Amino acid sequence: MKLTQAVKMAFSAILSNKMRSFLTMLGIIIGVLSVTLLVSIVQGATDSVTVQLEGLGGNQLIVAVTTPQTTYITLDDLDNLQNKDGIGLIAPVIGGADTAKADGKSSSVSISGVLETSLEVDSISVVSGRFIQQSDNDNRMCVAVVGAKIAKDLFGHTDVVGSNFTMLGRTFEIIGVLEEDGTVSMNSQDSTCYIPISTASRLLGQTSIRSFNATTTSVEEIDLGRQTIENFLGGKIKSSSADSEDKGYTIFNMGDLLSAFDSVMTTMSLLLGGIASISLIVGGIGIMNIMLVSVTERTREIGIRKAIGAQHSDILIQFLIEAVAISITGGVIGMLLGAGLLQVLSGIMDMTLNLSVSVSALALGFSLAIGVIFGIYPANKAAKLKPIDALRYE
Amino acid sequence: MIELKNISKTYELGGETVHAVDKLSLTIEEHEFVAIIGASGSGKSTLMNIIGCLDAVDEGQYLLRGKDISSYSERQMATLRNREIGFVFQQFNLLAKLTALENVELPLVYQGMGLSARKARAEEALIRVGLESRMHHRPNQLSGGQQQRVAVARALVTRPALILADEPTGNLDSKSSKEILALLHELFEAGHTILLITHDSHIAAEANRRVRLVDGCIVSDSKYDDEAAYLAEEKKLEKICGEAIGS
Repeated sequence: MKLTQAVKMAFSAILSNKMRSFLTMLGIIIGVLSVTLLVSIVQGATDSVTVQLEGLGGNQLIVAVTTPQTTYITLDDLDNLQNKDGIGLIAPVIGGADTAKADGKSSSVSISGVLETSLEVDSISVVSGRFIQQSDNDNRMCVAVVGAKIAKDLFGHTDVVGSNFTMLGRTFEIIGVLEEDGTVSMNSQDSTCYIPISTASRLLGQTSIRSFNATTTSVEEIDLGRQTIENFLGGKIKSSSADSEDKGYTIFNMGDLLSAFDSVMTTMSLLLGGIASISLIVGGIGIMNIMLVSVTERTREIGIRKAIGAQHSDILIQFLIEAVAISITGGVIGMLLGAGLLQVLSGIMDMTLNLSVSVSALALGFSLAIGVIFGIYPANKAAKLKPIDALRYE
Repeated sequence: MIELKNISKTYELGGETVHAVDKLSLTIEEHEFVAIIGASGSGKSTLMNIIGCLDAVDEGQYLLRGKDISSYSERQMATLRNREIGFVFQQFNLLAKLTALENVELPLVYQGMGLSARKARAEEALIRVGLESRMHHRPNQLSGGQQQRVAVARALVTRPALILADEPTGNLDSKSSKEILALLHELFEAGHTILLITHDSHIAAEANRRVRLVDGCIVSDSKYDDEAAYLAEEKKLEKICGEAIGS
């Protein structure tokens, strides 16, 4: 028998029992739909975060001192480190938090005491006014560059250069406003307030630098730069812990962050995909169940077919194709529904969500496999029937 | 054409061994019209299943056109059923979801014949049984006699040497029965070998040779040209058999 003929037979059998076929398919539709949706959403989230992270630059090193002991890393130390052995600029940070007040209104801010180098190292964009300058630091000026949210909280608009507010018990003059990034995360730029690091050091009572960002002269020099910083910090910090892994500081590169994030997201998508594929397996059991019923119902038909010359393989293929056709059709419907829903969700979640080729291939491959795995047993049962027994069946 | 040598077939039925066919030998030549007559339980269905390659023998030898079927695999048996034998059953055994034409095409589908060729052959067969106007009807839209004619068309579409008809008139009224028997006669005239299985001596009278089975054995095998002589012989035989069962 030709394959096209077998496919035709299978489809006419499926169509002759529409409701039953649809309900059987539903298991696969739901399974494929949930797999595609979950995996695509995780992928979409990964992509959007990756793009954000990549924007931060691959030649950046983020250094943080983690030891609880008091350390003595001064601005001069870091200044000496600049332009040495792969290092480009260094942007030290003294961080803190407080509530900014003006005209009876208030806004909670995260304070970053910085040098002028932060503008370049952290790719900060100022939309009006200017950023912290060297002279601000030299004179320990009480000036601030504020995020858009702070400006709006305090003054109701972002046209606030020249206005004053109080923070850390002093009056600060706003010299610049940061570009609004619109995110609401904890360390959003919108609620950050940059002040000179010398001012921050005094007001926050911190003399030693415990975190700084550095750029290397190029992306290729990242390992050299990392080594330079390690040598420097190694001389400054004695590991207190018995754990040799803990050096008392961490040096982080965006690349490290990216690959760590990637592996988390991969695990996440495997986990969610795995959970969703349980519903696919349940759908497969549904197919097997209905195929077994179908074989019993059609015992006489099988007997007739065998009596007039159908081979074992003809019957096997006929029933197997029926199972596979149900699962593949369900898979395609589930995939199309998934693609449509993703379009709707991308609008709602403000995220680019697309059904990737690999996810579609995975979903289709999975539903094909389900059809074959759960279809082979009933099909074989049908093919093994003896023609006389099958003909006698009422 | 058919040569059965000492064949036996036993079944286990409720713990008892039933000799459905017991050391039976029978030879049927090419182009014969043979009726196998027997009451239910006489083993005629078993014999038909064996001759039709639907079932294998336990003992003995079955030669179809000189080939020993006893050693054939399931695959070879299926091919034989497809190409050498045409079946006509009491219950018609048409596939309900297919049209008359598709039902007749089915044996050719399993031969792997292309669409246009098998359609032409199936139409030809349906025209031959006089159903050219009902080709696209489904079995439930056809009368019993018409359904059986579709089954005959399906049996002859592969141009088999042997047509096996198992109680072909068992579910038909007398008018349709006559039509089907006339059709079988026509096929016989056209050169087919016909094997008719029935419990009814009047139907068997259509055949040129009648083989009577009792308890899996042949009790009479004779050719009669004269209808009256045959029926007289039948009466005598029935009486003997009746007495045998009575005692």
